[in-house]
Amino acid sequence: MTGKIHSFESFGTVDGPGIRFVVFMQGCPMRCLYCHNPDTWPLHGGGDYTAAEVAARAVKYKSYFTGGGGVTVSGGEPMLQAEFVCELFELLKGQNVNTALDTSGVMFRADDVHVYDKLLSFTDLVLLDIKHIDEAEHIKLTGHSNKNILAFARYLSEIGKPVWIRHVLVPGITDCDEYLLKLREFLSSLSNVQRVEVLPYHTMGVVKYQKLGIPYPLEGVLPPSAERIKNAGEILKLS
Amino acid sequence: MTYKAWEGFVPGKWSDDEVNVRDFIQRNYTPYEGDESFLEGPTEATKKLWDEIMELSAKERAAGGVLKADTSVVSTLTSHKAGYIDRELEKIVGLQTDEPFKRSLQPFGGIRMAEEALSMYGYQIDPGVKEIFTKYRKTHNDGVYDAYTPEMRRARTAHILTGLPDTYGRGRIVGDYRRVALYGVDYLIEQKQKDKLNMDGVMTPDKIRDREELSEQIKALSALKQMAAEYGKDISKPAETAQEAIQALYFGYLGAVKDQNGAAMSIGRNSTFLDIYIERDLKLGRITEKEAQELMDQFVMKLRIVKFMRIKEYNELFSGDPTWVTESIGGMGVDGRTLVTKNSFRILHTLKNLGPAPEPNLTVLWSKNLPAAFKKFCAKTSIATSAIQYESDDLMRPEMGDDYCIACCVSCMRVGKDMQFFGARANLAKCLLYAINGGKDELARDKKTGKPLQVSPMYAPVLGDGALDYAEVISKYEQMMDWLAGLYVNTLNLIHYMHDKYSYEALEMALHDTNVRRFFATGIAGLSCAVDSLSAIKYAKVYPVRNEDGIAVDFKIEGDYPKYGNNDDRADEIAVWLVKTFMNKIKSHYTYRDSVPTMSILTITSNVVYGKKTGNTPDGRRAGQPLAPGANPMHGRDSSGALASLESVAKLPYEYSRDGISNTFSVTPASLGKDD
Repeated sequence: MTGKIHSFESFGTVDGPGIRFVVFMQGCPMRCLYCHNPDTWPLHGGGDYTAAEVAARAVKYKSYFTGGGGVTVSGGEPMLQAEFVCELFELLKGQNVNTALDTSGVMFRADDVHVYDKLLSFTDLVLLDIKHIDEAEHIKLTGHSNKNILAFARYLSEIGKPVWIRHVLVPGITDCDEYLLKLREFLSSLSNVQRVEVLPYHTMGVVKYQKLGIPYPLEGVLPPSAERIKNAGEILKLS
Repeated sequence: MTYKAWEGFVPGKWSDDEVNVRDFIQRNYTPYEGDESFLEGPTEATKKLWDEIMELSAKERAAGGVLKADTSVVSTLTSHKAGYIDRELEKIVGLQTDEPFKRSLQPFGGIRMAEEALSMYGYQIDPGVKEIFTKYRKTHNDGVYDAYTPEMRRARTAHILTGLPDTYGRGRIVGDYRRVALYGVDYLIEQKQKDKLNMDGVMTPDKIRDREELSEQIKALSALKQMAAEYGKDISKPAETAQEAIQALYFGYLGAVKDQNGAAMSIGRNSTFLDIYIERDLKLGRITEKEAQELMDQFVMKLRIVKFMRIKEYNELFSGDPTWVTESIGGMGVDGRTLVTKNSFRILHTLKNLGPAPEPNLTVLWSKNLPAAFKKFCAKTSIATSAIQYESDDLMRPEMGDDYCIACCVSCMRVGKDMQFFGARANLAKCLLYAINGGKDELARDKKTGKPLQVSPMYAPVLGDGALDYAEVISKYEQMMDWLAGLYVNTLNLIHYMHDKYSYEALEMALHDTNVRRFFATGIAGLSCAVDSLSAIKYAKVYPVRNEDGIAVDFKIEGDYPKYGNNDDRADEIAVWLVKTFMNKIKSHYTYRDSVPTMSILTITSNVVYGKKTGNTPDGRRAGQPLAPGANPMHGRDSSGALASLESVAKLPYEYSRDGISNTFSVTPASLGKDD
């Protein structure tokens, strides 16, 4: 089958272990205020590729994957095209390529887990972006509840799927000790978290908003200070 | 044969009856697999000397780029009295003239250029010197212009051939300066005399020239001894200590830069050779690690202040005032042992002790098999200084063995065994426009008629306003490349004949085997622009836009096309085809002195100037915009990330571009991943 893909990055170094070929899927239901890829939001657009085509593209870089690298599917929200990603990962696992799924988890439904079981069986690592631990704040930030996301985190813990938690630190939104401690508490209840990454908010997406003619929601918000980044890292670090 | 200076060295072929530095290294060096913890900081003397140099540098900048210039003494090995920065502090001595930062007068390449360079910085050449070099002593430049054909002049004016070494020294020749240290000059003279005796028989013009050149080499070696004697040093015999070895080696190099103002004056592959001397001294307790580092620091300091008097356009072409004192470091031996020694670390450590600098151009010959600790040290030093160049030893070693060095940026040659005739570049993007316009330049005009300048013979142009037909363009491009390759090779034949005749590198060649292998080093510019243009013609629709003379001066593109730099075979195959095709055409011509034709895809900065002289191209690039450097994709068109871009470049066949392929690549540290 074909998937809608926004773009490819052959030298991904920040989305999972090692050097990674990153596939950015088109389309996302979330509208995170700090999103730096608003061009991936619309469900239409992007290029149509078959899973085999994408796998062939990625496998060209196999010699670079020796240091733990592989393929990361990001977005957009890859779970919107779960079947396509599943087919792609199955092909990649057939060639012994490490697979990572970079998702917000927002598509997860606790009452219908088997939809994801096949995809997860071909997934080596989930990069789970927890946008905000507080339900009300999460809705303000993304337009969605975080219930399914936290349920997804718990489900991954239950089935023992390795996870890296990613959390964007935004002054005035997530950069607050109370929330960070609450997130820490939640993470402590999980048994499968291998790493927690604090991603400092940056303003590199602003240009894209200008190009798309969308008003930038976080106008005037500055990236967090080094001190605050360190603080968040210390609160969230694995014990 | 044996010398007291060789005590402690394992003898072999090198000490029996032949000059063989590689054999000496292989039998005597100590591979080092450890880390950098043994390294020492700079001594007080080094710091003080470097401060003095920094002060002179500041003064030089304040003076507009040149602090002092010799206007009357023509530079030769023995032209100047000894010069010092601070005599008491200097462990390694020797300057190009009698004062630091005083640039020498080197008119053998061309008197006009020497005069112009001086006047640009407010100096006036001594009338006596000018008279000698215009009336009585012909220069390389005069020779070339006496012989140039009208077609060669047109190609030069229109810049389809660019950067030709016809007004300046060709450079790129690297003497084996280690020979001075290992054997002493007397032995080297003896060997050259033997070679000359053996060079007998029918006196063809070639043989006569060879004999004359050997005499020049012998004279240059004698002059080198005299130059050292001016500094109170005797280099007639082999060096006995590390300090003497470094000093003798440096004198060899200093002689070369006093003799030649070459475009690139690289120094070879010396650090591991010198390590053998340092190891011996350390073992015998003659020096400490601190002193060993001091010697290397001060040696490098001298290499940093090599300066030439050049015209401002030259500096513009190269974005600075480069000398390309390239030193090749590390690599692997053909026997599997690494050639990394402690001294590989020491020479890189000068970047910390003296601070980062572009010269000498420290070049690590990279292999996946290098010791892990050395790789880490290189990475750390690169992060801290951005001053290391890397080249693939794994790619070059199979052909070149394990005692080659890099001249300039990417040209590899076996030290003391290969030399090259530097050939600048042919502009393949412009050549494509010539194919479309029947050899009429898209920018240059004939001075007399005011019409577009017909550079090649009148070839049939592409006619009409319809979309360009790929098959037609390719067939016309092939014809135009046939013409260009022939003209290019012949232009270089003529230039190098004259360079040998009027500005022969006697000292550098004295430090080569007499029976030297010569490379005929051609080059191409505008590869990615030509490839994307062809891809646009093939995969999109490209319509010519003509001016009143019927010249296609612009192109309208309908649709998208695959671009070189995205690991897309459709575009990359065109690049491979182009490299092979042009090289095969080069190879089909007679090359001067039985030289082996090679090609490079290399422009580090000059692509900007070449772009200025190239009109609108079918890929959508605007007239005057830079071409991409070397084998780089066009700026901003590699949209699939770094590896895709690098993989496209990696498809270019090295067998067809043995003189090197460069890809200029900048990364911010954050884009290489996270710290842990």
